Amino acid sequence: MKQIIRATFFVAAMLVAPSLWLASMPAVQAQNLQEYQFEDPAQEALFRELIGELRCPKCQNQSIADSNAELAVDLRDRTYMMVRDGATKQQVIDFMVARYGDFVHYQPPMNIATSILWWGPIAVLVIGAFVIVFRVKQQRQTEVSLSDEEQAQLATLRAEKKDTDA
Amino acid sequence: MNDVTSNRWRWAILLLPLLAFLLLVGFLLRGLFSDPTELSSALVGKPVPQFSVPNLYNTDERYDESILRGQPLLLNVWATWCPTCRAEHEYLNELAAQGVPIVGLNYKDDSLAKAVDWLNTLGDPYIANLFDADGAVALEFGVYGAPETFLIDAEGNIQYRHVGDVNERVWRGELGQRYRALAGITEEATQ
Repeated sequence: MKQIIRATFFVAAMLVAPSLWLASMPAVQAQNLQEYQFEDPAQEALFRELIGELRCPKCQNQSIADSNAELAVDLRDRTYMMVRDGATKQQVIDFMVARYGDFVHYQPPMNIATSILWWGPIAVLVIGAFVIVFRVKQQRQTEVSLSDEEQAQLATLRAEKKDTDA
Repeated sequence: MNDVTSNRWRWAILLLPLLAFLLLVGFLLRGLFSDPTELSSALVGKPVPQFSVPNLYNTDERYDESILRGQPLLLNVWATWCPTCRAEHEYLNELAAQGVPIVGLNYKDDSLAKAVDWLNTLGDPYIANLFDADGAVALEFGVYGAPETFLIDAEGNIQYRHVGDVNERVWRGELGQRYRALAGITEEATQ
């Protein structure tokens, strides 16, 4: 029982930890972004969404919102200008992808090169399921049938056991 | 007969995990030696973007993308704040002496004076010097650091991008091979 409680607690902690980490992110972003002022709140929301989704090519594994590398600042400035001038989300993403490749967007498109990312996990699950079904079937089929001689042997063994138990 | 085939099957199935393991080892081993910061350019195969930038030596004069057409050439992105650019500069001088046309794109340098001073003291390997003070042209080219070197064919299409310094090894490798193929220089002639 104790173990179950402990395991549950552990799983819960693992689930909650990332969300705590995510919750701390906006504070980090805020100090970077004071210089970007918008009159239209919808544009500001789009800008924040975009800089969180665009990846800095220089400091990989950071979005251009989190990074203070010069290139990230340049890309942020460009995103700001484009959004302020009325560009849609797709226009900004297309602009960046045309220059920096799919790498620059944190949501990669589905194509041959990225298909393993999209289908790999499902393929592993399906293969795993097949293996389990196959093994279980195999085990059922190999249930042994005893010969007459073995049946007799079993009967005597059972009888002996009964005797000793009694 | 049946026993033999089922035996073979058993072997095949037993070897399957080993095979999968070896594949994974190969894949991960390759990952150890590949450089994740080396990205292939999204502009390969595309014409050079339009731009207009001042001449580094005379900012009243401007260059546009037509400077990159007419012959196979290299576009080298550099800056005085970039130590690797300094490391490759001597080799660029050598290439220029061999007759390889190189256009220089000075990328977000600290100051114009510093850049001019660099070329005056270390030598100027460039047939034209573009001064990209705010990095707007470099952004059009998808530059994410310096040095970067683009190979551009006579029609003004980007053929290849090399990230990092250009040196003898790089020039023997893909960048040099592709340039020589475009310029019609046979590999033997360079040996």
